[in-house]
Order: sequence, then C-alpha cells, then structure tokens
Amino acid sequence: MTIPFNNPDRPNSYIGRTVPRPNATKLVQGRGRYVDDIVLPRMLHVAFSRSPVAHAKIGAIDLDEAKAVKGVVRIFTGADLAEVCTPWVAVLAHLKGLKSPPEHPLAVDRACWVGEPVVAVVANTRAAAEEAASLVVVDYEELPAVTDTMTALDKDTPVIHPELGDNLAFRRLHEEGDVDAAFKTAHKVVSAHFRTARHTGVTLEPRSILVDWNPAEGQMTAYHATQAPHMMQTVFAKHLDIPESRVRVICGDVGGSYGIKVHVYPDEVATAAIAKVMGRPVKFIADRLESFSTDIHARDHEIEAKIAVDVDGKILAIDVDDWTGIGPYSVYPRTSAIEGNQVVNLCGGPYDFANYRAQTTVVFQNKTPTCQYRAVGHPIAVAITEGLVDMAAAAIGMDPVEIRRRNMYADDAYPVTSPAKMKFEGLSHHASMDKLIEMIDYDALRADQAEARKQGKYRGIGIASFIELTNPSPFMYGIGGARISAQDGCTVRMDPDGSVVALSGVTEQGQGTEAMLSQVVAEGVGVKPSNVRVITGDTQVTPYGGGTWASRGAGIGGEAALQAARALRDSILEVAAAMLQAEAGKLDIRDGQIVDLESGEERMPLEELGRIVYFRGDTLPKDLPRELVQTRHFITMDYPFAFTNGVQASYLEVDTDTGVVTLLKHWCVEDCGRVINPQLVDEQIRGGIVQGLGGALYEEIHYDEDGQLLNGSMADYLVPMAAEMPDMVVAHVETPTKESELGAKGAGEAGTAGAPAAVMNAINDALRPLGAQVAAMPFTPERILRALGKIND
Amino acid sequence: MTEVFRDKVDVSLTVNGEPVEARVPAGQHMIDFLRMELGLTGAHASCEHGVCGACTIRVDGDAVRGCLMLAAQADGTDVWTVEGLTDAAAVSDLQDAFITRNALQCGFCTPGMLVAAEELLSKGGVPSRGEIREHLSGNYCRCTGYEAIVDAVESVALNRAGKGVA
Amino acid sequence: MKASAGGYARAESVRHALDLLAGSEGQGRVLAGGQSLVAAMNMRLSVGDLLVDISKISELSGVAVEGDILRIGALTRHAQVGADAQIKTHAPLLTAAVSHIAHAAIRNRGTIGGALAHADPAAEFPACALALGATMHAEGPSGTRGIAADEFFEDVFTTSLSEDEILTSITMPIAEQGEVQILEEVARRSGDYALVGLCLIKRAVGHRIAVFSVGPRPILATNAMAALDQGDVDAAVEALSNEIDPPSDTQASSAYRRHLAGVLLRRAVCRMKGETA
Repeated sequence: MTIPFNNPDRPNSYIGRTVPRPNATKLVQGRGRYVDDIVLPRMLHVAFSRSPVAHAKIGAIDLDEAKAVKGVVRIFTGADLAEVCTPWVAVLAHLKGLKSPPEHPLAVDRACWVGEPVVAVVANTRAAAEEAASLVVVDYEELPAVTDTMTALDKDTPVIHPELGDNLAFRRLHEEGDVDAAFKTAHKVVSAHFRTARHTGVTLEPRSILVDWNPAEGQMTAYHATQAPHMMQTVFAKHLDIPESRVRVICGDVGGSYGIKVHVYPDEVATAAIAKVMGRPVKFIADRLESFSTDIHARDHEIEAKIAVDVDGKILAIDVDDWTGIGPYSVYPRTSAIEGNQVVNLCGGPYDFANYRAQTTVVFQNKTPTCQYRAVGHPIAVAITEGLVDMAAAAIGMDPVEIRRRNMYADDAYPVTSPAKMKFEGLSHHASMDKLIEMIDYDALRADQAEARKQGKYRGIGIASFIELTNPSPFMYGIGGARISAQDGCTVRMDPDGSVVALSGVTEQGQGTEAMLSQVVAEGVGVKPSNVRVITGDTQVTPYGGGTWASRGAGIGGEAALQAARALRDSILEVAAAMLQAEAGKLDIRDGQIVDLESGEERMPLEELGRIVYFRGDTLPKDLPRELVQTRHFITMDYPFAFTNGVQASYLEVDTDTGVVTLLKHWCVEDCGRVINPQLVDEQIRGGIVQGLGGALYEEIHYDEDGQLLNGSMADYLVPMAAEMPDMVVAHVETPTKESELGAKGAGEAGTAGAPAAVMNAINDALRPLGAQVAAMPFTPERILRALGKIND
Repeated sequence: MTEVFRDKVDVSLTVNGEPVEARVPAGQHMIDFLRMELGLTGAHASCEHGVCGACTIRVDGDAVRGCLMLAAQADGTDVWTVEGLTDAAAVSDLQDAFITRNALQCGFCTPGMLVAAEELLSKGGVPSRGEIREHLSGNYCRCTGYEAIVDAVESVALNRAGKGVA
Repeated sequence: MKASAGGYARAESVRHALDLLAGSEGQGRVLAGGQSLVAAMNMRLSVGDLLVDISKISELSGVAVEGDILRIGALTRHAQVGADAQIKTHAPLLTAAVSHIAHAAIRNRGTIGGALAHADPAAEFPACALALGATMHAEGPSGTRGIAADEFFEDVFTTSLSEDEILTSITMPIAEQGEVQILEEVARRSGDYALVGLCLIKRAVGHRIAVFSVGPRPILATNAMAALDQGDVDAAVEALSNEIDPPSDTQASSAYRRHLAGVLLRRAVCRMKGETA
C-alpha cells in the first residue's frame, strides 16, 4: 500500500510537515551531551606530540623530561602501540590501481606530514598531558618533502613511499564517444584552468573520543563524536583484536560533522589502543590547531578543462584533466581516491551530450591527508561544468540560462545514462530552472544589474545547475571490500503506555535525523511525533547501519523506519482486531487511538492495548502473535545512487577598486524527492550553501614549500560568518524516487555542491564588461584585482 | 620567583546566582573552570583563541569570551551561563524562537549564540537584519548558514517591541 | 590548548603592579583585558608568564577632558571608548575605530591600553594614536613619563615601554573646530584584522595620515601628508605607495596591500571633501 503523502488531509499526516525537533530543546538549554561533557571515574587524558616537519625519519625519542611532568601517567611511542594495534591500508578493490602504505596509530619509522601523531602522553589532566607532550624530544632526520601536486610525479621528485614505486595513488581515465573529433569540428571551443582550494570542515566541536576498556568484561565502550558508529565498531574490533560483539560505540550529541567525523583517525585509534592497554577510560579532545593539522582536508584540485559547443550552443564535448594531492596516506576505510573519482563521475552531470573524457590523477604529498568532506567532489565538478558552460555561452553570445535550457536532459527523458555512465532515475532540471527563473525574476534582476552598471557598480548574476549523489548502494564502498554498510535498519516498538520507540542505525549530527525519523514513524504507526522516542548512535542498541554520510539518512534510514513503523501498525491492528473482534483491515490507528477505518470512530486507545498485551496477555488468544516490535532494513537495489538535482543563483557586487565581493542574495531550487520536513530540508540547503560560499570566497589551507601549515587557526583560516552571508531563498521540485515507498532522496549536500559555481559565474558575469575572468578559488579580493590587471608586481 | 605569584588562585564569585568559592590554576580559563569544576557544560571550548564565540558567557552584564578570561580574573564577578539563564527563564522567548525557527542544528554554538544575541536584544528596539548579523559576526555557526538565527533574533526583537506577528 | 602560566597576582594599585613586575625577575606580563594575551597563552605561544593582573585597578579606567587635552585611561574598554560621548566629540577617529575592532564580546573586555601596548601592526588603535599625535603615559619604578606615539611603536608587538613600566593612560589634543577624522579599512570579514587600514585627519595646519597593516608598525605617511597639503591627491597616493613596504601573508600580498592603501586614501579624501563641503 502506498501512503498518499500528497494529500494533506490524510490521517497522521506528518510526512511533509514541519514538526519540531525533539532534541532541540535540550540543546538550547545547554543540556546537550557531547563527548567532552562526559567524565568517567579514573579517566585520563591523552595529548600527542606531533611531527613538526612534513617528512622525516624518526630517530631517538627522549621522554625523560616529559615523564617528569606532574600528573603524567604513561607515555606511548609508535613502537609501543604497534604491538597492540595492527596497521590499516586504505584501498578499495573497485578503484583499480589505488595504492597506499600501511598506516599506524602513531608514526613508527617515519613522519609524513606536519601534525602526524608520533608520541602519546597520558596524564590526569589535559593541561599536564599537553605540557609533557611539549617536552617530548624526538630526533627528526628531515627528508625531502613533496608538496606540489602538479610535480609529484616528475622524475626528479622524491618518492614518499619507495616501496610503492612512485607518488601516484590512483588514476582513472573515462572516455565516452569521440572527444577529439568533436573538439576538432566544433563551432567554438573554450578552455579554462580551474583551482579549488584545500579546505577543512572546521566542526565547532573538535574531534572527540572517550574510550573505556573494561578488562573484567572484555568490553570496550567508545563515546565517540562520529557519523558511523557501526563502522567504528568494526575498525576498533579488527585492529585491536577484540570480538566485534565486545565493542560498543556510543555517539551522543555531535557538534558538527560534515564528513569530517566519518573517517578513521590515527590519534583516535591510538586513544582506544591506550585505553585497552591501561584498562582505564582515556579521553582525547582535539584542540583547534590539531583540528586544522589533522582533521581531513579536501578539495585541493587543479583542473584543466575544455568544452566544445556548436553554433546553437549545444554541448558537443567536455574534456577534463583533474589533479589532486591527498597527503601521504589514503584515509581509512573510505580511501582518498573517491573525491577525484567523483569529479570524473559528476562533470557534465545535468547535460545531454555525447562526447566526454575525464581523467583524475591522485598523488601523494607530505601534507595533511584529504578525504571525503560534505558534497565530495561535487563543488569541484559543478564549478568545472558550470564555469565552462557560462564561458561557452559568453563566447557565442548566448544567455547563460538559455544555453542550459538547450542542453539539460529533458524532464521526460528518464531513465537515462549519462556520458559518465551515471544512471538517473528521474530528475527535474527544466522544472527547477523554470522555478528559479520565476523566483529570482530574472529579467528584473538583469535590469537592476544594468542600472547598477550605469552608476559604476559591477553586479553579476550567476547560475549553476547541478546533480547530487545520494542514497548510495554498496556500489560506493561495499563492492570494494570495505565494511561500510549501505543498508540501514530501524526497530520500532510500542511500550505499555502506547508510546513508540524507534531505534535507528542512522545518526543525528544536528541535521534533524531524529525529528525526521519521529515523523516518519508517527505517520507509519499512527501516533503523534511527540509520542515517538528516537534512539540513535549506540551499536549495542540500534540495528546495524551505515550512519550518516552521502545524504542517506532520510532516503535509507527513513525508509527502513517507515517500513518498520508500518509493520508495527499491522502487528498492533492484529492484536486490536482480536480484542475488538473486528477485522484488522477495517481498523486504523490515528493519533494513538484504534479507530474504525471508515468512520474514524474511536474504539480503543493504544494505552489500553498495551495494558492488555503486557499485563493481561492471558486474556488474548493463545496463538495470537503479540510482538509489538518490528525491525526492517532497507537497501537500494535498482540504482547505484539516487541522484538529485537543482539549480542555484547568486547575485553579488564586485568592488573593482578593492576586489571585495559583496553577496547580495542567493537562491536555490532543488529536488530531493519527497520532502519529509520542509523546514529541516530548507535549513540543510541553507547551511550547505554557506559552506559552499566559504569555499568560494574565503576558505583555503595554506602550506609553504616545505609542507608547513601556515594558517592553522580560526583567525587565519577564514570561515563564513553572519555579517557577510546573504539571505537565501529556497524552493523545491519533488520527484520522489520509486525505489522506496517514502520516495525521499538526500538533501544534505546540494547547497554545498552548487554555491561555489554560482558565485564564480556571478563574479565573472560582473567582470565580463571589463574583460576579466576568475577560476581559482577562493575568489579573494587580491585574485579579483589581479584578474582585472590592477596589480602588477 | 617571588611568592606573591600564585600557581593556584583563590576566587570568590557568583555563578548563575549562586555563590562559588574555588581555588583555580593560574592559567585556567573560565570555560574550563565552569565546565570542569562546576559541571556547567553548556558553554563550549572550541577554538580557545577567542574567534569562534562558542564560549560566550555573561560576566557582570556583558557578553564575553569565556576562553579569553582567566578564572583567576573572575574574583568578585557575577557570571551567567546558559544553564542559569534557562533556570531563570531569562531567555526563554529567544530559546523558543530558536527551536521554532530551527536556528540551531548541532547546537554546539547555541549557548554562546544565545548569550551574544541576548546582549543585542537587551538594548531594546528592533535591530535591522544587518545589525543582527553584525552583532553575531563573532559567533561561528557551521551548520545553519546564519539566516535562521537572524530570523529567530529578529522575531524576538519584534515580539518584545510589541510588533510581533501574532 | 591549555595555557601554562607561571603564576598570577592581582594588583590593587599601579604602585602594587609595579612592585609585582619588579619582583618577577623578567618573567612578568601585564594582564589587562586579556583578549590578546590569553589567546596567546592558550596557543602556548606564551608560556610560564608571571601574570600581573591590573584589570581591577579602577584608577586606570575612564575618560576626561583636561583643557584642550583628552585623556583616556589605559583600562578603558573598547566598548566604553566606542560609546563615550566625549570621545565621539573630541576624537571621533577612536569611535570609528571601535566598530572595526573584532566583535562585541571582545570589545567588552579588551582595553585601549592593552591594544596600544600589544602593538599589533594590524590593529586600529595604534594607528589612531599615531594619526592623532597622541601621547602614551607610562609609569615605572622611577616615575612617570610621556611617550609620543611616533616613538612608542617600534616593531611587531614591540613598544618603547620598558619591562618594568605600565601604560596608564593616553592623551591627545581634542579635535579643533572643523577638524575631520576618517578611518577607512578593508578586512576580509567584519571584525577581522584589516588587510590595510588608513586614518586621515585634516587640521588647520595640515593633514595627517597613518596607515596600518602595511609594515611592522603603523606608519605616519609624511610624504603623502605633504602632497595632500598641496591638494594633490594623485601625488599623495604616489607618495604613500613609496613610503610603505607592506608584508605578504596568507591573506594578501605586498603588492595588493600597496594598491589598497592608495584606494583607501582616495576614499578617505572623498569622504573628507564630502564632509567638509
């Protein structure tokens, strides 16, 4: 049975409505429980002595001074932990040729980036541990550092890991059609060199873990700020030689993740290993410098790309040569080749064209490792694609909206397979574009732009269409051999008071997962969302699942919850039918009451049913099933991924004297399929957009030639703050996926995917009359003035 | 070293309306003191160099960075954190507005954001959106993109001025 | 990170503070608002300091007009400077500067004396002091002395204050009739340190221009001032460009800063003319 979600008058109509988040109240009262808020008896703190150089052989380690610090309990070197923790190798079988050396929780022979943990100091306060860590003396014999991506494969560049042969981690070439022929005969060819800067997530809560090993029970409990508790359970079990069933990962409130907290970090595994060795709770909370030097980085790409169009603006071919430097190790277990791979998969995404070539080259370097961060690869691919499309439009004198309309897949073209071999079940590029153009009042905006120009102001309009990969199947990681679960489960039960508890394998990072689950379960069972208590983030309690990544919470976790809820409804109605001597099919559950399906007449509150089942089961027929608990798991099968689409617009003003960009307004129309909670979806989009705006205007990790991190503080790595951010208008087109009853796809990354390209195109639109163009992010005032030729040095 | 410099300092202050006496390490900042000694975990240490605002608390009526004030300096002060403001129902309309507008996601910045916003609101009148953005520009939020926060603060200002939408 | 202080002492008076400093064997650090010092301590850039907390010395706070001199106590907080009516009347440059200094919570704690003594080359107040021709008043074991602004700021985070001295107040001539004081700056985000900032003052005797974030200390652009006195804006911009040698860092290159200084000067002159027209 399909629920008629679009009928607002249906009973229990919570799906599609804004309902409050059950966990928001505690957070505004300061009653959240983040890892650092937890204090356990006999708890110790660990701090790390980290490599101050980008590449060095580790010589003698002198711990005498460190040990003398008051409060220090024990100090561990890489060799110490290598005895209790096996190293990991982050490769995936389906990413052919991907290689990476074994990585230990603490560096053993060599340190390969500034910030790599080398020695762990355990003390009874963080202050003492830090004090002692600063007194650890390590004899670093410096080795040449590889820092530049584009020369990493040159013959005279040193090889970071000699046993791997070269500095190439991964390379993939994808070719479809006859690209060279298309470029040869094209009406117009436009090429550009794009640059996306090295970013990091800057979660407000730093990476945090508290691990307790109970030797009496042989049980490890890790309180961990993570997106993937079950994955971490597997990792700790495997590398610390503990049965998986004896590792419990608890993920309470998490202060921001965005992909940063879905990876295996050496210092976190070290903390777990130390807890096991010492048999005491050990806490590690990264400080902000550690966050900048050891949280994964991302998006450090350089791209040479070109596009060929015919006289009518039809795209004939796109050719992309993408390079990225990932640090010295591929990050476990997702690997660091995915981002480049995504660029290959996603370029040209919205457009119906025939000839496509893309290559990504992923190289090792002596910088902080990079890995998956919100909208993995999307902002890069969208910037390349939409930048090229705008440049092509300008070259042939066509309006940027018109060229897109001429090339986007028709809304009735689906299912369709793209030149990158991505399968699209159903997208709405044209409907979304139409909605956007109406929303921004395109003609009026162009008129305002023209008026401003008369007054000497340079304003620009930027459009960026995009696709977003959500609801991943095992095609993303599982087929490569990683124990990263693409399925997810939900257990829904009714307690004696008629209230419902839902336990889910997806996790809450603040995006509103628990609110989403509460309303899905409320609708599925027939109770109020306030009567559904959602429990996530505890491997000992919830069904096995993948957690939160790749915008899968609503689409995968939500569907499992809906199916479990509907199964529980059936179970309840079967009991109710026996109690009321009615047919189950003629009863319904509404607002916590058993009612007649037809008339809506109330027959019995769930509380009464609960009383009978749990305390007077003797009064029910002996063979009546009375399990008021149901579990369902869901996995996508028909498509490797559920793609979503959307289009963003940016309106901004460029000060051509200072180069400063002022964002005036931003719009987004996106299609994430079924919108379960409009407010939560809109706020995901807004938050995502601002993260993308950060990349467009501010964010850039700087290193010097020796691999020293130059801006490891929040004063120097600039993130978007309230004063400079625009108001954003968000709207939706709904094309539900047919893979699930719920029909939801993901919405967590769309904002980040499209915002940088929209800003780039808007800046270039503003600068075009001056003959200037930018393609290297972030678009700092200086880069803009250099493009304008106003700085000569 | 002369004895007049202490590595542990005695302080006597008021926290959330209750008297507190403590002996604090000389270098300990207010947030570690509040969190570790008093169990007030609402305000957070995030950057610990005064940039992010997650540690914003109220000291002697002013919103200040808890990480840039030593606990030793708190002698004689009147300190309020989100816990006390909640118990005193001092910002309940603002908290309600944050919930209604979903002006928080992970919630890590929220206690500091509330203290900062309340300082602006307590000046009275209805600040413009630009003024709200400017006032909150020292409080970092990575989740929301700020607009919902600006909306929530604006709605409270309107309501307090009797201009709210019913 | 967690700060590692060597010790702490609360000064009850300036005399007491000076005694504490004298007894600190060179390890003493004056702690006022703490908005820079505590941040540095938390990053372990400053370890083992013996902190002399002067923040409770009430005599060091406040604003007064003494004849044609404006005196501001060293412990006067940025927020107080920004809101003070006498400062707005007699040294509006400082009022304008406050809105550029960090954010509200920082301005509630940070002190003008702390900012001057910290001598961050990208900070507003040192450049304002230079432009205004202010005098820094210090007290030490051997008494008090006044230090002219152009002799006070020596290098990055370095002033001519001795280790055993404390900055107690700043004085400056009150603005004359028709005096114009303008501050222009460009920062990446509101409250960030300026990429470049410029103070322009127009007095009967001539113009004064101080630029900041263009070198190890704020610079009085005397050649540009002379050109502006001649009414030649282009020559002033050219002169300014030649008398600064800005640093390059992760936010901006030297060349960008040099360009920006010229833009800010032109903008300040436009505003000056607009206001005096």
